[in-house]
Amino acid sequence: MTTSLPPGAGAAPLDTAAAHATLQHVLAQLAGEPGALLPILHALQDALGYVPPDAVPAIADALNVSRAEVHGVISYYHHFRSAPPTPHTLQVCRAEACQARGAEALLAHARTHLGCGGAQAQSGDGAFTVEAVYCLGLCASSPAVTLDGQVHARVTPQQLNALLAQAREAA
Amino acid sequence: MTTVTLYVPRDSAALAVGADAVAQRIAQEAQARGLPVHIVRNGSRGLFWLEPLVEVATPAGRVAYGPVAPHNVAGLFDAGWLAGAAHPLCHGPTGAIPYLARQQRLTFARMGMTDPLSLADYQAYGGFDGLRSAIAMAPQAIVQTLIDSGLRGRGGAAFPAGIKWRTVAAAQAAQKYIVCNADEGDSGTFSDRMTMEGDPFVLIEGMAIAALAVGATRGYVYVRSEYPHAIATLQAAIALAEAGGFLGASVLGTGRAFHLQVRKGAGAYVCGEETALLESIEGKRGIVRAKPPLPALAGLFGQPTVINNVITLASVPIILARGAQFYRDFGVGRSHGTLPFQLAGNVLRGGLVETAFGLTLRELLYDYGGGTATGRPIKAVQVGGPLGAYLPESQWDVPLDYEAYAAIGAGIGHGGIVVHDDTADLSRLARYAMEFCALESCGKCTPCRIGSTRGVEVLDRIHANTNRTQQAALLRDLCDTMVHGSLCAMGSMTPIPVMSALQHFPQDFGLAVSESTAA
Repeated sequence: MTTSLPPGAGAAPLDTAAAHATLQHVLAQLAGEPGALLPILHALQDALGYVPPDAVPAIADALNVSRAEVHGVISYYHHFRSAPPTPHTLQVCRAEACQARGAEALLAHARTHLGCGGAQAQSGDGAFTVEAVYCLGLCASSPAVTLDGQVHARVTPQQLNALLAQAREAA
Repeated sequence: MTTVTLYVPRDSAALAVGADAVAQRIAQEAQARGLPVHIVRNGSRGLFWLEPLVEVATPAGRVAYGPVAPHNVAGLFDAGWLAGAAHPLCHGPTGAIPYLARQQRLTFARMGMTDPLSLADYQAYGGFDGLRSAIAMAPQAIVQTLIDSGLRGRGGAAFPAGIKWRTVAAAQAAQKYIVCNADEGDSGTFSDRMTMEGDPFVLIEGMAIAALAVGATRGYVYVRSEYPHAIATLQAAIALAEAGGFLGASVLGTGRAFHLQVRKGAGAYVCGEETALLESIEGKRGIVRAKPPLPALAGLFGQPTVINNVITLASVPIILARGAQFYRDFGVGRSHGTLPFQLAGNVLRGGLVETAFGLTLRELLYDYGGGTATGRPIKAVQVGGPLGAYLPESQWDVPLDYEAYAAIGAGIGHGGIVVHDDTADLSRLARYAMEFCALESCGKCTPCRIGSTRGVEVLDRIHANTNRTQQAALLRDLCDTMVHGSLCAMGSMTPIPVMSALQHFPQDFGLAVSESTAA
């Protein structure tokens, strides 16, 4: 979620030849599709981990729309990031079905456990980003989280600690 | 030694509780014991409290074991589960488990029975019978069948699906579209996800029938980005259906084309609103459009478009296969057919319950759900997602049908049912409803964009007991403005959970009963 990135996470430049090649490849593949913008942004983020702000002019050019329109789409959708992600991302669902099984406490626990100060999304050591999400479709097995894209349900604080420790070790 | 088939679900809800590790352990254990097994990764039966639910195919039928953890596997082999033997985790024949046995599964008839990506399995259980019937019919006759079936939109609005199709069929245009709304963002709902992950061909078949009926040649399934497994399974299923001649340039050799592709959403709840969804497919911000024009006449890229929810489209094949009357005979009043209800939140036996309209919430909560998971009394039940009403016990005996629910100011929506026990604070849930609206509002209309933020502030003042009675009056006034002044359901229905919470649970707001209902 772009909205939960800390201030100053900053615009990373599209600075490598590989990233440039990825951008050109994605545009060549998808720019001709009807309504190509979201597929292009997804393909870039899937390949690079985020949508580099430096890519916006080239995307706008390829689709014959203004840079403002491209930026508007990137910033509208929670899914798109404009800065590189941290090594790990924890998403905790806080929609109603998860709240009914303690999601708010689980989210608070995750933030405390990882040392996210105040409303900061990033852990103290910069290894984790903690995001609230709104429904993972696991509402009969709540509370639910995703850690680095893997889904986990019926999660207790103790299980979450174990999952986070595993992620740290794997890194 | 004969090879024994075992089923280990691949549904997200099974994966989220370790189904992959269980499948791996079964394979290792079988190999170590020299027992030949064939593991099928099926969809989920929807009995989520038993997941991972492993089924063993025995000569007497499929026998269920669950919830199975990797450390149970050796013991299950020791007990002789490959022959369906008894074990503390054994539930007997799967089909006889009461939760499943008393359901009326039409749309979900195959769910959990098959390998979701096997065309052979799909057809062995009646798959493509509906499409084959449709091909033999005139397009007008397909539309008439749908009208006669009484099927209403299952996404929440409950508009008669056949009428929508008739409008698109009658429109003149060089290009028409079928769009499936798979942006299932309502908390407490997962039937769309289960369908895409567990029986994707039924959705593809329903969309192909819609295409034949209205003369569309292109279709999109817009799936939310929070559903990566559904996206992957659906994409694989589309490729298989194309290779099998069920999609593409000539659907089943008819010479009529239908090209289908998946579009991935990007985390915007409001894109579940149909016009915002169309904007998003077009590559724009998901901002709600004013209606008219209706999407049926000027929808995707300005062309006539059928836009239906996953469950609506997935209900079409059985209607075409079995006839309008067969489907229509289920249900009550003007709520024909079945609905896959989704029991979620704080409930002992959460899962998918497909049954005809007309049963009561109390039956769902206790006969199926078994009360709360925490063992405490149920306090409030939210029906129909984050824009649905909180119902107190006095309303649990109202039959679940669209009109009966509308009469009590509630809605069935997409069939999501979220249970809260007596520790729930309805004033906090009301605040959350406003907070969620503020977070997800597309921003086009003022009552939704500003009203939701003001709603959070007012509820915070009520919570802090700052002029509480006055603030409650202000909240009612604000909700009235949102209801009548918002462009779409996001702003106009957010007041429903807020006002139902205030009306039925005034004590949670620190108000006396008289203050909660004052005009």
